Amino acid sequence: MISLETVSVSLSGTPVLHDISLDLPRGGITAVIGPNGAGKSTLVSAIARLTPLRSGRICVDGLDVFRAPTRNLAKILAVMPQDNAVAGRLRVGELVQFGRFPHHQGRPTQTDVALVEAALRTFDLWDIHDRFIDTLSGGQRQRARAAMCYAQGTDYMLLDEPLNNLDIYYARELMRTLRQVADTTGRSIVIVLHDLNHAAVHADRIIALRDGRVVADGPAAEVIRPDVLDAVFGFPIRVETISGKPISLHFL
Amino acid sequence: MTVNLRGDLWFAMELRSVRLLALMQVAVSVALSTLVFQTITGNHILTPSIMGMDALYILIQTSLVFALGGLGYAGLNAQSKFGVEVVLMAALAWGLFLPLLRYSHALVLVLLGGIVLGVLFRSLSSLLARLIDPNDFAVVQSVSYADFNTVNGELLLPGLALTLVALIVSWRARHRLDIVLLGMPTAIGLGIDWPVLAVGLMLMVGTLVAVSTAMVGPVTFLGLLVVALSRRIVGSDRHGPLIIGSVLVSIILLVGGQTLVGSYLGNALPLGVVIEFAGGIAFVLMLFYGRRL
Repeated sequence: MISLETVSVSLSGTPVLHDISLDLPRGGITAVIGPNGAGKSTLVSAIARLTPLRSGRICVDGLDVFRAPTRNLAKILAVMPQDNAVAGRLRVGELVQFGRFPHHQGRPTQTDVALVEAALRTFDLWDIHDRFIDTLSGGQRQRARAAMCYAQGTDYMLLDEPLNNLDIYYARELMRTLRQVADTTGRSIVIVLHDLNHAAVHADRIIALRDGRVVADGPAAEVIRPDVLDAVFGFPIRVETISGKPISLHFL
Repeated sequence: MTVNLRGDLWFAMELRSVRLLALMQVAVSVALSTLVFQTITGNHILTPSIMGMDALYILIQTSLVFALGGLGYAGLNAQSKFGVEVVLMAALAWGLFLPLLRYSHALVLVLLGGIVLGVLFRSLSSLLARLIDPNDFAVVQSVSYADFNTVNGELLLPGLALTLVALIVSWRARHRLDIVLLGMPTAIGLGIDWPVLAVGLMLMVGTLVAVSTAMVGPVTFLGLLVVALSRRIVGSDRHGPLIIGSVLVSIILLVGGQTLVGSYLGNALPLGVVIEFAGGIAFVLMLFYGRRL
């Protein structure tokens, strides 16, 4: 379980998160939504020990993320940060192999090689596993990074806007792959999303942030509602139920 | 070692082996410090020298001459002076240059910061140089220009030891360096203890710059040239092959270059100038063509 106790974060003196307390139990997909500057990425990077807290405490499976040895945390918690600049001349396969680093410390075993191949196939990258990262399109690179996060084999995966740069086909594929991973392996996935409909269709739980505070928290049916979305985004959004899922028509 | 050898064999061999060892050690320390520095900063263009780290070393020398006078400076025990300088350089690398790395997403900012620091150090040195008397100034001048002909033999053993330790440390850290290249957030996510590793590596870079500058003086573009060449030759950014590659390229360039210049061109052309010329051109080309080079 990921638990946040009265977490506050400031970036360069500006408060970004205010007294957030949350429990994210094991399993399922949790989507974090909200307008720009709501603190979604900060929340994820705080859980991933990338942004220091001003106050409060974050524990993953009982380990305080800022005190526990970072190498041990890397075996239970994987993060895909938002910036997607991968420096250096690396092949896709090599990049995904780096996801196994916490387990082999640079000397991959047979198991690691097999797991990397599985990850490449899961994310539809096997055909391009020999290509250099800097020759890939933004979307392919994004999938390679997601595959690397998956290959780390942790119980918790944090993904910060993984759908950036993906076309509608691969955005859907990635969400379905994540759904399948959550269902078959029981891994917990926390994902920052801008697309409300992907959140509504694939997530078990949606957390809506605004100005560094949790505005709504619950299953899709409770969060994707005109009144809640108005409170989160500040303008009325029509919501229709299609195939039993609340679909928001924010472009109308 | 035996190219164009004349006269007393034993004397020449001793002289030349000291010089060979010194050159190899400079080659290794320049290659390693540049490679590691580029990995921590996540770029292929900045080097410790471009960032003004050897200007810092010269500033330390000038301040020493200023404080003690030329005679006092010459009278210092070379090895203990070297020890203090290494510690000082490592500490300053950590204190001055590591904070700059927090802005490593903004390469221009780091470059600017480094250049400003470099200019500051150089101006302070020249200010001090104006204040001392001309005899002392000659002492300062002899340490502030790269000279591959007269190496500092007294520092050979301590320098050799430090360079070897650094080589072993970087070789053992090669897998972690690969991860560092992915950037700070990803590296932390993969279980790299970033603050500890970054500080440790910066201390090492500072030490290596001190070692090579103490041996032959400041060479601004050698590291850049060597690492850029070996990246081309190795064709990968994995640190295992890259460490071996850049160390070898560096040794070939320095030792081969010195042999060529010293034995065939009759020392008409100082190697330092040749390397700075080629390295400077490489630097400009890399700025223009970026990653394609």
